[in-house]
Amino acid sequence: MRVRLWGTRGSLAAPGADTARFGGNTACVEVRGRDGTLLVLDAGTGIRLLGAALRQHAPRRIHLLLSHLHMDHIQGLGFFEALFDPEVETHLWGPARGAQDLRDRLARYLSPPLFPVRLRELPNLTLHEAPRRAFRVGEFLVLADHICHPGFTVGYRIEDDGGTLAYLSDHEPALGVPHFPLRADWTSGYRLARGADLLLHDAQYSLAEYPAHVGWGHSALEHTLAFARLADVRHLVTFHHDPGHSDDDVDRLTAEAMAFAQPSFVVTSGAEGAVFDVGATA
Amino acid sequence: MVQKPIELILTRQLASSLVMPIFLVDPSGTLVYFNEPAEQILGVRFDEIGEMLASEWTTRWKPSDADGAPLLPERQPLTIALEQSRPAHGELWIQGSDGRRRHIHATAIPLVTVSDRLIGAAAIFWEEPS
Repeated sequence: MRVRLWGTRGSLAAPGADTARFGGNTACVEVRGRDGTLLVLDAGTGIRLLGAALRQHAPRRIHLLLSHLHMDHIQGLGFFEALFDPEVETHLWGPARGAQDLRDRLARYLSPPLFPVRLRELPNLTLHEAPRRAFRVGEFLVLADHICHPGFTVGYRIEDDGGTLAYLSDHEPALGVPHFPLRADWTSGYRLARGADLLLHDAQYSLAEYPAHVGWGHSALEHTLAFARLADVRHLVTFHHDPGHSDDDVDRLTAEAMAFAQPSFVVTSGAEGAVFDVGATA
Repeated sequence: MVQKPIELILTRQLASSLVMPIFLVDPSGTLVYFNEPAEQILGVRFDEIGEMLASEWTTRWKPSDADGAPLLPERQPLTIALEQSRPAHGELWIQGSDGRRRHIHATAIPLVTVSDRLIGAAAIFWEEPS
């Protein structure tokens, strides 16, 4: 599969000269299968650029997998051109939440006064609550599981014949754990990330910043590196950069965390536009 | 190693942050965790004994009623919560691993996810001052 990052920023879009290298758009990742299946992970502001790129060769079917419904993950929905094309069948998957269904929750944003177009006006959209078991989407086997982040949030594990991608964009596995990590079976997200070829994982804070943000649902870089080691991944891509961090900050904080952790796996700071081939061709 | 459900992980993390004694079991009844305040009452550290089957923990601390008669597992709050998926409260006497007999109150609740899946049960208990 081929993975392309269209938005890597966390919490709030942060455009500007200081963030041009890693990008200012919020979460959106394109996953292409060898047979053409298109998955889109999250609909942050980065999805607008993806929509424009699809204009010439829009697929007939798109699967849009939302991790959760915080604004930085859905704000781009109304600007994703494919959603307005009746020829494109879009299947939107999101976390289940018992009392209120996915449509009602999404409609709170996609309706006036927050947005001029209503969810029901989108011509070819089908909503699905992601089951907590493996399900097949085109050529991919997808596993969704709840992870530690405020509200109902899922991470995704996506497998094809060639390899495995794990996507945990907003994740605080160290919450309430004084000496992170605990054993793997007591660690949020382990089931999704175990042995992944490529892990996209929240790395919003430095270890110094984390104590002021405990419970906000995000990780310090050091926690991210420890989690990736526990899960025995091959390649970690840090994601959900803090909007207050410049490119230089991301470089510096990552270098400091890596000097401490000495990871044995590849670590890359997630940058808008970056492409990763997962599996045999990696 | 199979990861436990996130709801159980979060319950453990909550328990580890509280001063009330809390005891957690998985859907099969296996003891999977108790916190430090519970260690004070049970007389042993969780790390020393680790996970334990229901057949072991329901007798290990010799639970009994006020008359000293053994309290069968099906009358213990945690077993009721797990097997009947409802809250249960009870008063019982146990003997900690340190040999001391203690009078405790226990309230147990089933842990059920938004998808209506039972992923275990938690008991909060406290010791009656002697």
